[in-house]
Amino acid sequence: MKHRLLFTGKKLIRMALLLLGVSLAAFLLMSASPLDPLQTNVGQAALGTMSQEQIAKLEDYWGVNTPPVERYLGWLGDFVRGDMGTSLLYRQPVSQVIGQRLQNSLWLMAFAWVISGVLGLTLGVLAGANRGRLVDKIIRGYCWIISSTPAFWLALLLLVIFSVWLGLFPIGLSVPIGADAASVTLADRLYHAFLPALTLSITGVANIAMHTREKMGDIMENDYVLFARARGESVRSIVLRHGLRNVALPAITLQFASISEIFGGSVLVEQVFSYPGLGQAAVNAGLGSDLPLLLGITVVSAAIVFGGNLIADLLYGVVDPKIRRGAARK
Amino acid sequence: MEPILQVQNLSISFTQYGRGARQVLLPVLRDLSLTIEPGQVVAVVGSSGSGKSLLAHGILNILPYNSHMAGEITFLGRPLTPKRAEQVRGREIVLVPQGVTYLDPLMKVGPQIRKGRRDQAARQVSRAVLERYGLGADTEECYPFELSGGMARRVLIATAAAETPRLVIADEPTPGLDARAAKRVLGHFRELADGGAGVLLITHDLELALSIAHRVAVFYAGETVEEADAADFTAGRLRHPYTKALWNALPQNGFVPILGAQPGPGEVGEGCPFAPRCPKGRPECLGPVPYREVDGGRVRCLYPEGGTA
Amino acid sequence: MRHWNGRKNALLLLAVAALVLCAVAVAGGLLSGQAMVTDFSRKNLAPCGQFLFGTDWMGRDMLSRTLTGLSLSIRIGLLTAAVSAVIALVLGVASAVFGGWVDAIISWCIDLVMGIPHILLVMLISLAFGKGFVGVVAGVALSHWPSLARVIRGEVLQLRGAVYVRTAEKLGVSRLTIARRHMLPHLLPQFLTGLVLQFPHAILHEASVTFLGFGLSPEQPAIGVILSESMSYLTTGKWWLAVFPGLSLVLIVILFAAMGEQLRKLLDPASVHA
Repeated sequence: MKHRLLFTGKKLIRMALLLLGVSLAAFLLMSASPLDPLQTNVGQAALGTMSQEQIAKLEDYWGVNTPPVERYLGWLGDFVRGDMGTSLLYRQPVSQVIGQRLQNSLWLMAFAWVISGVLGLTLGVLAGANRGRLVDKIIRGYCWIISSTPAFWLALLLLVIFSVWLGLFPIGLSVPIGADAASVTLADRLYHAFLPALTLSITGVANIAMHTREKMGDIMENDYVLFARARGESVRSIVLRHGLRNVALPAITLQFASISEIFGGSVLVEQVFSYPGLGQAAVNAGLGSDLPLLLGITVVSAAIVFGGNLIADLLYGVVDPKIRRGAARK
Repeated sequence: MEPILQVQNLSISFTQYGRGARQVLLPVLRDLSLTIEPGQVVAVVGSSGSGKSLLAHGILNILPYNSHMAGEITFLGRPLTPKRAEQVRGREIVLVPQGVTYLDPLMKVGPQIRKGRRDQAARQVSRAVLERYGLGADTEECYPFELSGGMARRVLIATAAAETPRLVIADEPTPGLDARAAKRVLGHFRELADGGAGVLLITHDLELALSIAHRVAVFYAGETVEEADAADFTAGRLRHPYTKALWNALPQNGFVPILGAQPGPGEVGEGCPFAPRCPKGRPECLGPVPYREVDGGRVRCLYPEGGTA
Repeated sequence: MRHWNGRKNALLLLAVAALVLCAVAVAGGLLSGQAMVTDFSRKNLAPCGQFLFGTDWMGRDMLSRTLTGLSLSIRIGLLTAAVSAVIALVLGVASAVFGGWVDAIISWCIDLVMGIPHILLVMLISLAFGKGFVGVVAGVALSHWPSLARVIRGEVLQLRGAVYVRTAEKLGVSRLTIARRHMLPHLLPQFLTGLVLQFPHAILHEASVTFLGFGLSPEQPAIGVILSESMSYLTTGKWWLAVFPGLSLVLIVILFAAMGEQLRKLLDPASVHA
């Protein structure tokens, strides 16, 4: 037990350091940008008509004149106290913007994550256990095509087919236009989130299935599978009893590593469906030089990714008897 | 009495790539024949790389997909077709593999022995076979990585004894064990034979093989060069020069090294594969060499030792 | 022979894919002038015999635009994949050879880069370089190295442990000679395969980032720009503006991926049976 705690503690410290690194890297990249936030947000023409005083005020607002070190340390100090600053575009606290957006995105991402996990694992195991057969060829073909397809184009295609041609789904937004938050029903939410979630799932399934197939194929070439065959176990029994058991560990890693991919996909998909999630906010923040918001989103998404890795590591310890029993003996 | 297993002219080859994009058929096992009677331990002895394990996989029909098998295998008087092999493997024909890697690393020993059955009878059987090989009930709860080399070997034998086999194929069951443990493991196979089953012992260790086997088939570069009674060894009635050289290479028989190296698969012509290393090799040894009966054994040599050919 | 010969097949596929990609790259370069020609007398034409991919709202030929965009994608893909593969090689080898704190720092950087969702990182780097061509090239090149670096690091560590390398070390062969004579021949196939397998990712990310508005400028007929522009016209039924350019991009990426796969098969002795 003590060993596990120590392991978890070490991982947590490493994660905190990595997050610090992420925030610093993101900050440095943003402040290195030669793009002028005033130009992009106010526009050259509008700036020309403004007085020097007004411009100075705007420069102050967008933090143009604050030295980077001071700006970062200020941000870091506030962050540690739980304040992520104020979004310059939305004029709301960053934490509030992220909270709201994350709620919208979480629907999408959780759905896609579960579907790609379950379906991807199933297809991957099926393909890996039947290497070279027709099932394998079909599944592999699907994975190949999808992994070569940009997520945003897939989203455009689904939009054209289901929304424009068939008229089955709305063009965009997570809720009907003009409806206030209280009157939005669960059905509305599902209706609007369906296509984005479908897009993310299609790509997610391909990703997981392809990697699972690889692992499953390796497992099927192991000595213990050969021995199971020699003992008269059917292919079905081998896959269910030995295959699934042994693919579980790599599957955990894959599943939690896919969080990052799904987040990346959601940035693109939300843009196509104008779905007001975290990804869309990230794009807006980037295009509008909204440093506090983009910094906040980067740190939060990195925290989610690292958190996923940590959970995977901890689950490993529970599932893998070598770690579980090895640690117990120490 | 009807033999348990009869293998006649068995050949196994693989499709492989040579240099570049050329595809070649690589023979690894050629023209192999042997017979196992009930209650008999027949050892197949050959140095590593002679293709011994493939014999076991061929009988069980679990060869890799890029292999081709030709020849006849008869089990209990009836041809062992691929379909029949599928039915009898794990029941009437059992394999005892080399080591712990043949156990699922993430499954406890008990369920592995029981092959997924959960009923009370299966539990009793697994308990009983473990006990038979001196392993406590707590072994059932162990994962393979928690077993010592000797324990793993006994667990593997237990998987065989949990069935009621007519034929036990043991594929290199002793490497990594000290002499005493190895003797004990081989003793277990002798017991299975004494119970009426046939045992096919595949090993590189002639000395250990002789300690329990009734008959010995000697393998060289994918071919059986001689089949002899175990007694022929001590009595000096060996027929093939390679067998004799193998016998003389044992420490207690003078430790005489065999010069040269065994040719790999695909490097053997139609003649005797041992000819290039044979002290009595002659040009005609590179031509066809029949496998024939000599003095109650069989040999593939034009000029067998002690024979009258 | 009745058996399908995988290696001949692989070589053939490799050659065909390379040829097609070269052809597209050259054709796109030659058509770049035509891709810009606007002609309002032929605007919004659906695909037909004369305009296979149709025309857009300014009467521009979509086939020329698509080919030019693909050519741009291929060139950027080659450039970024090469740069990131070299970064991966240098960092991977350094990490394994020097070990200690160098290894720790590089491993930490790999974790760091992998922790930020990829597209976000490319956006950030592109912003830092002021977007446009330089931005997107830097963004893709500087974000794709970690996984290959890890593979190379592992490979070098394994090689260093190999008996013949240890023997050479004991015999006093210089480090440089060991690296050149014993390690490079083993690393090269890994590196080449890794390099080719980077192409598809690089191209997809370039298109994605450009689509979001962080990449190539809207004046250039990049695939990302074409698709982003098409968004405003899809609801009015101009499906061809999105379908054909996207489909062509998918085909190009599949070709690159197939090349990588065939190369892997040819260079990896373990997979020759497949």
